[in-house]
Amino acid sequence: MFRGITFIPADTKIDFVGQRAVTWFVSAFLTVVPLILVATIGLNMGIDFQGGTLIEVKTKESPANLADIRGKVSGLGLGEVQIQEFGEPDEVLIRIASQPTEEEQQESIARVKNALGDSVEYRRTEIVGPTISGELIAGGTLAVVVAMIGIMIYVWFRFEWQFSVAAVASLVHDVTATIGLYALLQLEFNVSSIAAILTIIGYSLNDKVVIFDRIRENLRKYKRMPLKNLLDLSINEMLSRAILTHVTTLLAMMPFLFFGGEAIYGFALAMCFGIIVGAYSSIFVASPMQLILGVQREAFSPRAAARANP
Amino acid sequence: MLHFQKWKLILVFGIVLAGFIFAIPNLFPSSSLQGLPSWFPHKQVNLGLDLQGGAHLLYRIDDKELVDDWLGTIRGDVREGLRSNRIGYTDLSQNVAGRSVSVRIRKPDDMDKAYTELKKQSVPVGGDVFGGFAGNNLEVTRDADKITLTVTEVGLTDRINSAIQASIETIRRRIDAFGTTEPSIQREGRNRILVQVPGVTDVQRLKSLIGETGKLEFKMVDSTVNAAEVEVSKKVPPGDELLYSSDDPPVPYVLKDRVLVSGENLVDAQPGFDSRTGEPVVTFRFDAAGAKRFGRATQENVGLPFAIVLDNKVISAPVIREPILGGTGQISGNFTVQEANDLSVLLRSGALPAKLTVIEERTVGASLGADSIESGKKAAIAGLLLVVLFMFAAYGLFGFFANLALLVNIALIFAVLSLIGATLTLPGIAGIVLVIGIAVDANVLINERIREEKRAGKSPIAAIDSGYSRALITIIDSNVTTLIAVLVLFWLGSGPIRGFAVTLTIGVLASMFTAVTVTRMMIAYWLRWTRPKELPI
Repeated sequence: MFRGITFIPADTKIDFVGQRAVTWFVSAFLTVVPLILVATIGLNMGIDFQGGTLIEVKTKESPANLADIRGKVSGLGLGEVQIQEFGEPDEVLIRIASQPTEEEQQESIARVKNALGDSVEYRRTEIVGPTISGELIAGGTLAVVVAMIGIMIYVWFRFEWQFSVAAVASLVHDVTATIGLYALLQLEFNVSSIAAILTIIGYSLNDKVVIFDRIRENLRKYKRMPLKNLLDLSINEMLSRAILTHVTTLLAMMPFLFFGGEAIYGFALAMCFGIIVGAYSSIFVASPMQLILGVQREAFSPRAAARANP
Repeated sequence: MLHFQKWKLILVFGIVLAGFIFAIPNLFPSSSLQGLPSWFPHKQVNLGLDLQGGAHLLYRIDDKELVDDWLGTIRGDVREGLRSNRIGYTDLSQNVAGRSVSVRIRKPDDMDKAYTELKKQSVPVGGDVFGGFAGNNLEVTRDADKITLTVTEVGLTDRINSAIQASIETIRRRIDAFGTTEPSIQREGRNRILVQVPGVTDVQRLKSLIGETGKLEFKMVDSTVNAAEVEVSKKVPPGDELLYSSDDPPVPYVLKDRVLVSGENLVDAQPGFDSRTGEPVVTFRFDAAGAKRFGRATQENVGLPFAIVLDNKVISAPVIREPILGGTGQISGNFTVQEANDLSVLLRSGALPAKLTVIEERTVGASLGADSIESGKKAAIAGLLLVVLFMFAAYGLFGFFANLALLVNIALIFAVLSLIGATLTLPGIAGIVLVIGIAVDANVLINERIREEKRAGKSPIAAIDSGYSRALITIIDSNVTTLIAVLVLFWLGSGPIRGFAVTLTIGVLASMFTAVTVTRMMIAYWLRWTRPKELPI
């Protein structure tokens, strides 16, 4: 009978933790460079966080005459106007900078519709006033922080503080790397980006917990093995699972990059990136950190003894 | 391992069956569901505004205007109170920034009497269900010859609460007249109202219908002055005001300040046609008090023009040809049929207590919604197929079991979403796909563990048994952490994001059931039937 393909041989012994001189550098790079990117080129803040008006239109002719639309809209004196193709050649996204008051913002949309008339089909309109955009920034930041704290407490409660610190450190790594992707590709950063980041946090942590679980189990099992070897053993044992899981989630998510439409593209891309970065940080950040933090074996022994002789 | 208690078996089988039954209606278009027998579940998943098209409008009520209006009323009450007690006063003024009204009393002897009188304006408000009250609406203080009435925080909150309540009812009446299905109108925070209307196409019209204050007033035109001259000189005679019509360009009118009758006295307004000219008009009817006042005003002013003013814009200014005593009349103003219709809705629904401002608007056209459903479906099915193939490639028969459990999981997600009336959004569809990844992960963990145990030389039954029990701890730990992040998402998000959080939560919970319990039963039965010497994994 077909047993399935074994992608990773059971006796794989890769010296992951031994590469830490290199991987620390890579991890630091993935954490610091995004911050530099954000500081220099900046994030392409969507109207959620900046306030403003967004209109998605479909033109009757294909491809759309962007110059004509730009001419009509920028003549209205509404400040900064961005006009770009959106997914299909006949779909156009018009972004107008935030107006001083909410009333003027309402006014701006009416004027754009007046200028373009019936020559286009209005597919989507979003107006975010200055009050709301401020709240969304605060809410988004708070959510990421609260999620981190909640996770820290749970991991501390279920494991030891060293694991909790390692988990949060590697999550910070994943989050900054993902934000770096947004800055590098100038993907629109909006409320769904925060959703993507929170989901990456949840998913990536899932992976870390699985490895921690194995480290904990091995700490009980091999009382005399040097910590470095034990970490490598745990990672190697979970390698097959890690690869399979991440490949399946990637396989599930990737079609959204190709058929999901523009609305979900940024979200799907961030998710795919986050899955890969999360897989990396489980092996190269969360686990080797145990060496620095110095996990106490005794913390697990009494219960381990109880488990060994049930 | 091989034997399950009967009740457990029945329970699991029952849940799976129920999952499929309640998920099935989602496979049919809603029109064909009507033909099914009544015992069959009809509930389908609600589609979010991003999938079916519609408008999401977040309004903020204008606190300042509320306070302004209120201070005006307080000033009137103070004047009335002091006059009726023959107390001389001066400097009656309102301070909007300080939310207060102050007055100076001429004679020091009157001070106590005035203070006692004005103290009556301060009444308890904000009573809760326990009958207690939060405080008084006004704070009355005295200082030498000056008495100040200050609006309290409790009083303001009470004002805002009732204004929000009234606005919600007014908006509901207006949207109902618009004829769309199932609008949702709810309060958000302290001074906001969220209006969600699925399937609406003419958002501009919807907004103007909701946002219009709808304050109708009848006033006399001051025919002793020339409006055009006043407009240029900006010298409005005392007791008069300068208003404009809604024409383009606007026509100026000089009106007397005093309101003859206001919209509060209207009992009905209907669109109709003028019997002579055939043009669209709005006919209205006053209540008894309104009819009496309107009758007397028209009697006294035959031959003079009066103005019909809506939200400080003059709609029309007809000349009174004869006294209007019956309490009915009509408004004409070069309306289109739709304008006449909307105006009558506005008048019937009553005025909003204060101006509403749109602070967030998200509108999705029906065609974009349909496109999103199409692309979401395509991507989700492609993702599912890839995962199913991959799982089978990786684990053979055990992968096949995991795939069956995955189908049960998806059915359960749709069943629960339909039953609790949750909303499926485009990010929600992505959430389902993510759940596919997470659910499969549980089986990957279990299967990898079984492989390890098998390599360690355990018998098939022992390998499966410890594979499941050991992987379970890991599965729970890893899923709980995911749930923490998702719950935060639910708490933070609105609309589509919340839809994502809901599907993810349901999916993760369902996956713990399907990936662990359901596959375990399948494998147990397979073991009993085939009794393999070696596990095919």
